[in-house]
Amino acid sequence: MYLSSIYIEPKYIDIAKSSLQPMLEGAIVNTIPLTLISFIIGLILAVLTALARISNIKFLQIIARIYVSIIRGTPLLVQLFIIFYGLPNLGVTLNPFPSAVIGFSLSVGAYASEIIRAAILSTPKGQWEAAYSIGMSYSQALRRIILPQAVRVSVPPLSNTFISLVKDTSLASLVLVTEMFRRAQEIASQNYEFLLVYSEAALLYWIICFFLSIIQQFLEKRMDRHLA
Amino acid sequence: MISIKGLYKQFDQLEVLKGIDLEVEKGKVVVIIGPSGSGKTTLLRCLNVLETPTKGVISIEGNSLDFSKNVSKKHIASFRRLTGMVFQSYNLFPHKTAIENVMEGPIIVKGEGKASARKKAQGLLEKVGLGDKMTYYPAQLSGGQQQRVGIARALAMEPKVMLFDEPTSALDPELVGEVLKVMKDLAQEGMTMIVVTHEMRFAQEVADEVVFMDGGVVVERNKPEEIFNHPKEERTRKFLNMLQ
Ligand SMILES: Nc1ncnc2c1ncn2[C@@H]1O[C@H](COP(=O)(O)OP(=O)(O)OP(=O)(O)O)[C@@H](O)[C@H]1O
Ligand SMILES: [Mg+2]
Repeated sequence: MYLSSIYIEPKYIDIAKSSLQPMLEGAIVNTIPLTLISFIIGLILAVLTALARISNIKFLQIIARIYVSIIRGTPLLVQLFIIFYGLPNLGVTLNPFPSAVIGFSLSVGAYASEIIRAAILSTPKGQWEAAYSIGMSYSQALRRIILPQAVRVSVPPLSNTFISLVKDTSLASLVLVTEMFRRAQEIASQNYEFLLVYSEAALLYWIICFFLSIIQQFLEKRMDRHLA
Repeated sequence: MISIKGLYKQFDQLEVLKGIDLEVEKGKVVVIIGPSGSGKTTLLRCLNVLETPTKGVISIEGNSLDFSKNVSKKHIASFRRLTGMVFQSYNLFPHKTAIENVMEGPIIVKGEGKASARKKAQGLLEKVGLGDKMTYYPAQLSGGQQQRVGIARALAMEPKVMLFDEPTSALDPELVGEVLKVMKDLAQEGMTMIVVTHEMRFAQEVADEVVFMDGGVVVERNKPEEIFNHPKEERTRKFLNMLQ
């Protein structure tokens, strides 16, 4: 009743329109590249960490455990601050974007390593044995037989990690990356239309995540082809 | 020629194989029977070195492994290729088609070219009666078909000996025949085979020798007609009576 009686002044439509462009620019120039680059580096880190965890080399196991424990046990925002504002005290000064890439990659690496480790461990023992029985080495069995199956099992949880990452990149605004949300903050601080501008940002995040979940479903279907 | 001498296998406290001695001549088919838990699977897995025996010597056509000494991973991997293993639960690679399952070993392990591996795999799949199912994924095949792919996959590595661990016991009764037929054909071609099975008909028709195992030892071994009609040992008699 109340809602339906709201009259939308043309002024708001203009504001929404004019803030769309800088926000999209922030998304295309920073949010999306930041997400993609961090996710790819993170996945590589995750596979290496998972392999270290399941290896029988004690030293590697411990390193991997400590890494995962630190990243999971501390807030992402604090990690970003240490990298961007803290490291300069050690003489290591990084630009905002690379700082954010390092922070997000480390984070994805830790969380995704647990997903990949669980997926590797869930592959039936018979698969390892069949691979060994035709003469494969550990690394051949892993690469050709186990990891491809583990990846399939990992797609849904990794998609969640990916979608979380898209949203988490808004934290990069606090280490001065001019990604989508920082653009929104800049616009709102000038016109004071906080509700409108931030809602618009939320809508854009939602649209991106919506498309990502469609891609996820497509991937799952494709990978399930042979599981008729 | 395969020879197994003084083979022992212990899991933690449990001694499962207690000194197995066995020879199998080239081109012969040996069927192993015995009650559950007698160590039949463990023996086959030791021959394929999926388990490392506690001690004992296995030799296959002049290559020999002495498990009383330390054996290197490399040595185990090369020794493993002398035997082809067919599993009760098939263990096909679910993300690969039938023909890819068969080509995998030759390409990855032997370093064969794709074209020649494909040709050979085609021949093997035709041989096991699956020429029309080459591009099917395991999930699209019946149990009997999957097991025949499993046999083709093992054959593709050109092993000296084929090991079968209850290859038909996970199958619906009407699918058992097609797998046994493939095994019979293999035997007729002169493949050396060691088969653990409960299919007594198969043992009677195909085996050159039947080995009865119980409690981790070979209790009795003989020609099938002897062991089935005139078992010498009480334990063998009891086991055979129980089956009827
Ligand atoms: N990896 C293992 N760890 C511990 N014990 C094992 C292991 N594998 C087998 N065993 C034990 O070894 C014994 C022999 O097992 P095995 O599978 O060789 O018997 P089997 O003769 O093949 O029996 P079945 O006819 O039921 O297949 C069993 O008591 C089993 O519980
Ligand atoms: Mg068994």
